[in-house]
Amino acid sequence: MESELQKYDHISQANAVFGIHLVDTAEAYPNLKILAADMAVAGSIERFKYSYPNQFLDLGIAEQNLVGVAAGLANEGYRPIAVAQGCFISMRSFEMNRQYLGYMGNPVVLVGLNSGFFLQYFGNTHYAIEDLAIMRTIPNMQVFSPCDAYEAILCTEAALNSENPSYIRLTGGATLPLMHPDGYNFRLGKADVLKEGSDICIYATGAMVFRAMETAERLESEGYSVEIVNVHTIKPFDNEHVVNQKGKTLIVSIEEHNIIGGLGSAVADAMSESEGMPVLLKLGVKDCFSKPGCYDYLLEQHRLTTEKITEDILKKMK
Amino acid sequence: MTSSELKKMAQEIRKDIVRTTYSTGKNGAHIGGALSCADLLAVLYGEFIDLNKSDTSVRDRFIMSKGHAALAQYCALKQVGLLSQDDLDSFEKDGSEFVAHARHNTKKGLDFSGGSLGLGVSFAVGVALACKEKRMPNHIYVLLGDGECDEGIVWEALLFASHNKLNNMTIIVDYNHLQADGKIDEVVSLGNLLQKMQSFTDNALQIDGHDVDAIKRALEAPQTDMPKIVVAETVKGKGVSFIENKYNWHHGSLNEVKFNKAMAELETNGK
Repeated sequence: MESELQKYDHISQANAVFGIHLVDTAEAYPNLKILAADMAVAGSIERFKYSYPNQFLDLGIAEQNLVGVAAGLANEGYRPIAVAQGCFISMRSFEMNRQYLGYMGNPVVLVGLNSGFFLQYFGNTHYAIEDLAIMRTIPNMQVFSPCDAYEAILCTEAALNSENPSYIRLTGGATLPLMHPDGYNFRLGKADVLKEGSDICIYATGAMVFRAMETAERLESEGYSVEIVNVHTIKPFDNEHVVNQKGKTLIVSIEEHNIIGGLGSAVADAMSESEGMPVLLKLGVKDCFSKPGCYDYLLEQHRLTTEKITEDILKKMK
Repeated sequence: MTSSELKKMAQEIRKDIVRTTYSTGKNGAHIGGALSCADLLAVLYGEFIDLNKSDTSVRDRFIMSKGHAALAQYCALKQVGLLSQDDLDSFEKDGSEFVAHARHNTKKGLDFSGGSLGLGVSFAVGVALACKEKRMPNHIYVLLGDGECDEGIVWEALLFASHNKLNNMTIIVDYNHLQADGKIDEVVSLGNLLQKMQSFTDNALQIDGHDVDAIKRALEAPQTDMPKIVVAETVKGKGVSFIENKYNWHHGSLNEVKFNKAMAELETNGK
């Protein structure tokens, strides 16, 4: 029998969360409110909006007010999910996220749509290569970065069941294969080891996870034993897993994000207090803006395709 | 409370503002904007805000958007018994809960963490939406500074409050016409503020923000199906002649001579 999860294969994370899961489970969350910054269409929220009109609010193109109103609702016992493009909810609303959520402790779930490069031809204004870094710096903020549509649902559940505010970064559009079989045990803040190995440990997040798995196959054909870790929770970060990689020759981080401040920096932070750690190769955007183009063109430009990632790791191993 | 009781309460708030500012020594406090809203706070806390001390979930909400005037709010909360003199004495002491900008503490009557200007209305809109949906009989009050109306989020929030017809909220603008750098009209003019507010609601009023009877009438005036916005004309530094209408008293400290002069004026005016 085909797995129940197959419906989440190669669909967008937003569609899985808002178009399917929350529509199916809204009754379990009577206090849930979905707030969107003119993003009901782009965020696949229309089905929810028409099914549960009392649980949806459109704030218009006003990401700062989006977070303020969400915080006010959370203050009164509601569980708001605030949805905007990843670039805007992280940057335009940064101070609101810090003030209303981190500082005041209102447990709003922020969802950043189309993070990384998925807005393709929209250009640099719409890319989010800073959001993990920005969100990590806010005290009390949890930061999730799911690797596929199903994991996006699990991150949403974890965030909704937490007392802390959260940011969920959605990447990869409808290009992501499912990375887990049925019965996947998602653990907030814990590294998800997809594959064990002894020479190289690769930490990957979001849309980079399946590429890391493809990379592992290529590296193994070259004779290396590779461990692949899916980092769905960037904060709190599983420092312990990193510290336990002393026996490896190389640690690699792969993210569709600036190499400053995101996953690679979280790994580096974890390594920094431990002696005898291997070298860290941080793969990602090298602190630059992009030449706009299609998704694959952008990943190629930043050497984030399976082929380029493999090349860069092999070069480092030689 | 009678008008004279409210006036007396406002004077007591002012005296505590001056005493507490003096207690900070050379550090000083946001005394100008605190003095300008003393009458508004006296009427709000004295007559309108139901602080239901036994069940904080059902009481009225007061969002101090002009967070730098938290000292005035602390002094008003002392008047209604939610803060103690010890609390006030800890103002701007190392490790104190009570610094220049208040931190959210429902038990103490502090419904919002103010300080970053412009953020109060947006938060209050979320609170008002929630309370309205739950059919709570309470009311949401916001005290908004005029200078902070420079912030774009204020207008995002007003649009949304208007769109959602949040008639369970009242926004009072402390229109003292000064901000840190000088006259509002010279920094960034708010133009005809009443008219601007009237474009968001059919229930916008302009009053003398130092006339306790006028404040009372404005807050008592019936709600329409829209939010109420009260533009309160005030004087920054009200009650202390050498502070009144001086933009460089936005934040300042008092030496002994100035402290004694300020207290003497407040004692005389209070009679």
